[in-house]
Amino acid sequence: MLKIKKESKELIELDVNGKNYVKNGLPEKRFLEVLKEELSLDEIKEKAKLNKDEIMVSLGHLKKKSAIILGKKLKITDQGKKYLEQESLEEKFLKKLPLEVDKLNDEEKNAFNELKKRKEIIKIDLVKDVFVNLTDLGKKFQNIKIKDNFIEQVNQKLLKTGSWKNKRFRRYDISSFAPKYYQGKRHFVNQALDYVKRIWLDMGFKEMKGNLVGTSFWNFDALFTSQEHSVRDLHDTFFISNPEKGKLPSKELVNNIKKTHEDGWTTGSKGWQYKWNEEEAKKNVLRTHTTILSAQTLVNLKKEDLPAKFFSVGRCFRNESLDWSHLFEFNQTEGIVIDEDANLRNLIGYLKEFFAKMGFPKARFRPAYFPYTEPSMEIDVYHPIHKKWVELGGAGMFRPEVVKPLLGKDIPVLAWGPGIDRIITDAYKILDIRELYKNDIKQLREIKQWMK
Amino acid sequence: MPTITASKQALEKYIGKKLSLEELKDRISMLGTDLESIENDEVNVEIFPDRPDMLSAEGLGRALSSFVGVNTGLKKYELKKSGEKVIIEDSVKNVRPYTACAIVKNLKFDDEKIKQIIQLQEKLHVTYGKNRKRAAIGVYPMEKIKFPIYFRALKPEDIKFVPLESEKEMNGRQILSSHPAGRDYAHLLEGKDKFPIFIDANNEILSMPPIINSHNTGKITEETKEVFIECSGFDFNVLKKTLNIIVTSLADMGGEIYSMELDYGKKEITPDLKPEEMKLDENYVNKLLGLDLSKSDIKKYLERMGFGYDKKVLIPSYRADIMHQCDIAEDIAISYGYENFKEEIPNVSTLAEEDKIEIFKRKVSGILIGFGLLETNTYNLVNEDLVNKNMGLDNELVKVKNPVNIEYNSLRSWMIPSLLKVLQDNRNYDYPQNLFEIGEVFKKGDTETGVEEFTRVGIVKCHNNSNFTEVKQILEGFLQSLGLKYELKEVEHNSFIAGRVGRIIVNDAKVGYIGEIHPKVLVKFGLEMPVAAMELNLSELFKIV
Repeated sequence: MLKIKKESKELIELDVNGKNYVKNGLPEKRFLEVLKEELSLDEIKEKAKLNKDEIMVSLGHLKKKSAIILGKKLKITDQGKKYLEQESLEEKFLKKLPLEVDKLNDEEKNAFNELKKRKEIIKIDLVKDVFVNLTDLGKKFQNIKIKDNFIEQVNQKLLKTGSWKNKRFRRYDISSFAPKYYQGKRHFVNQALDYVKRIWLDMGFKEMKGNLVGTSFWNFDALFTSQEHSVRDLHDTFFISNPEKGKLPSKELVNNIKKTHEDGWTTGSKGWQYKWNEEEAKKNVLRTHTTILSAQTLVNLKKEDLPAKFFSVGRCFRNESLDWSHLFEFNQTEGIVIDEDANLRNLIGYLKEFFAKMGFPKARFRPAYFPYTEPSMEIDVYHPIHKKWVELGGAGMFRPEVVKPLLGKDIPVLAWGPGIDRIITDAYKILDIRELYKNDIKQLREIKQWMK
Repeated sequence: MPTITASKQALEKYIGKKLSLEELKDRISMLGTDLESIENDEVNVEIFPDRPDMLSAEGLGRALSSFVGVNTGLKKYELKKSGEKVIIEDSVKNVRPYTACAIVKNLKFDDEKIKQIIQLQEKLHVTYGKNRKRAAIGVYPMEKIKFPIYFRALKPEDIKFVPLESEKEMNGRQILSSHPAGRDYAHLLEGKDKFPIFIDANNEILSMPPIINSHNTGKITEETKEVFIECSGFDFNVLKKTLNIIVTSLADMGGEIYSMELDYGKKEITPDLKPEEMKLDENYVNKLLGLDLSKSDIKKYLERMGFGYDKKVLIPSYRADIMHQCDIAEDIAISYGYENFKEEIPNVSTLAEEDKIEIFKRKVSGILIGFGLLETNTYNLVNEDLVNKNMGLDNELVKVKNPVNIEYNSLRSWMIPSLLKVLQDNRNYDYPQNLFEIGEVFKKGDTETGVEEFTRVGIVKCHNNSNFTEVKQILEGFLQSLGLKYELKEVEHNSFIAGRVGRIIVNDAKVGYIGEIHPKVLVKFGLEMPVAAMELNLSELFKIV
């Protein structure tokens, strides 16, 4: 009786960068706009508030258009000035969005093809429409009142009066469509993190918690990461501009850490042999690893607490452009075991057990380097489907230069901090890691429950 | 981390044994270097920053050779006296005070060897040399140099020579402003009124470290047989190490190392290839590694890592990473083979304990899922406009100095904006869209970092009939589940419709807001569906529960 027609169309919409550009102008335009005087690339970057990627894209674009002359200082050409005044095809196009892919004219098509190549300016959504019409038969029935003696909905009245007794129930077409009912649900990443937590709890570990913003002192210095190490550069770590610096802990601890860096203090090490700077240690950062929690835990441990085992699962940050395999916020699981008798074989034991429980019964360990562990190792697990080794992160035994200043004594400390987002994407067969935090409601509604 | 390229053939020569492809791959991985690829004759290996001595085919080959058991033990490098001098003048004291120098003779350079020496120099600059700040290296063909050499600082205007990759003479300032290498490294000489140079007895400038060599004297070719090498910087020990790494690699290519006399006022001789000694506690090693190695085992394993062992460990002069005996213990572990360690979980009893606020968060999530809400998971980093301007607010935010892009330049100050953003991104999907998220929010406060972090939960109900009553039902049920009573106090809040917003108060503590989001806010998010929302401070509720 019904005729159902399904149509789908591809709709072009603004993506993250696109929205920003509509508001603030395309990078190449912003680039040109500040070029009233001759400027270096860095000055342009600063003035036009562009990031590295945007500068590169603009350069390529403007060179092609002969809008600039390159050099130590860049200059705008006459063509550039013209280009700046005119509204470009791309700009026109962005203003018109949303548009359907199939209905683009030639001019729009060109702009679309150009913009598609660039990072997250536009995106394409598939929109599905369903049209329902009555067939001729349907129309005939439309005006006929169907009278019968069948019971439709069973209800309170029916049951109270017992009037159902002499009637028949209408038969349903049980194969017919039922409208969707959306349940409440734990986010799938959190389901996985809950499981990671359970594994450590089952093995007798105690949970560590702490802030996401920390001083460089805890995130780096207490972990014997030299102030000259490149991880402390702007392109690796997020620094906080407001409030830029925090406070340092007790003078005694700061002094011991300082000495450990400079000449090894009483740890038996030579140290890094440089001058340690207190101001550098005060700089606030978004924690780059949950290992910061291990440092903060060690400093509060008392002798009578040993042996002790701790874990944490949590968000960490690193200055990385988003793409299908990189996130600037990611999850790490941390563990430390502090025990006079702990050794490298135990470290391998705990990690093998953990990864077996995560679904990777084959794990291997390779030598690696981290400033705060020695011996250090990289953990690989064997991927049973892809049939190859996948690198999951680091582990090792804390160096005496880490343990002694914090704990007052050099005791073996096993430590690890593998990332877990890759395991999570894998378990859910997700190819693009950005989907973990995309919050696509359809995906959240339909994704399978974490079954471990 | 730096990756080096070496020819497989050269590597095999240095290893002294032909390994199967699988074996070579495996040994490179298990030595503590990361194999990137092997294609035809080209091997690409990532070298970790603690092992700058492996930044050349020679260094990597040397390490592999002892690791696979061909040339084990401390490698002896003969050091002859050259009798030549470098005079370090007082003028460099405030610019670049130290240099360590050597001469290597009898070199038979070919294309591959020149590539290796350039690669070693470049990678050392980037890693151990901290982009030439800590150490800069110059290698010069000897035939054009007349000794002694002077290390001197002059006014930049008085330094005139033709730099590499240039045809015309420039002065010190011109090099910094217009030569590509000058521009890249100009910051290293910023604010100095004098620049350092190496200049020979003929008054010929060899280089202006750490920037560039001279075109006339600073380029090695296949004809070069003898070279003069200098490393300059601020820490004599670092420079000596750098020099040792270079000269031992050149010696592995077949060169002969000659020492030089450095005149700092007092005399120094470089290079110093004497192995450093370190005491090793064998019990410490066995305890740390969980092994039971005998003295001779330890000797064997140390020799496979290029060490000598005789009462004390003899550390090769090119190793820059041995600070503590734990570093030696790691080398023993690598030599023993990480793959040979038998895993063991010790029978140590400790009590598991989940963090209390984490338990609370889990319970809260469970209760809210019972109300049919879908949990989301967004970033802590947001755009400032999302939490402020879009919401009609202007609060002080905790901001990131170096954001990836402006979409993520601040830490969120509350949860509801992130949830509205999720609604915005999902306008194509069916309603109702009823969401919640538990997350951290940030504001300035009196803590160690000056940032206070709170755990909050945000809840939004978005569909055609969503309203204040609906969220109030959730609030009531939720607090009832926690055994709490509450009051609502009417307030003004720019993000909500006036008269339809309240502050939630539990036990006299302000724990959150509830209300209908104002259409002027919804418009900012492009939402054409009403949203009723609330936000609760779980850190605060946790104290009360």
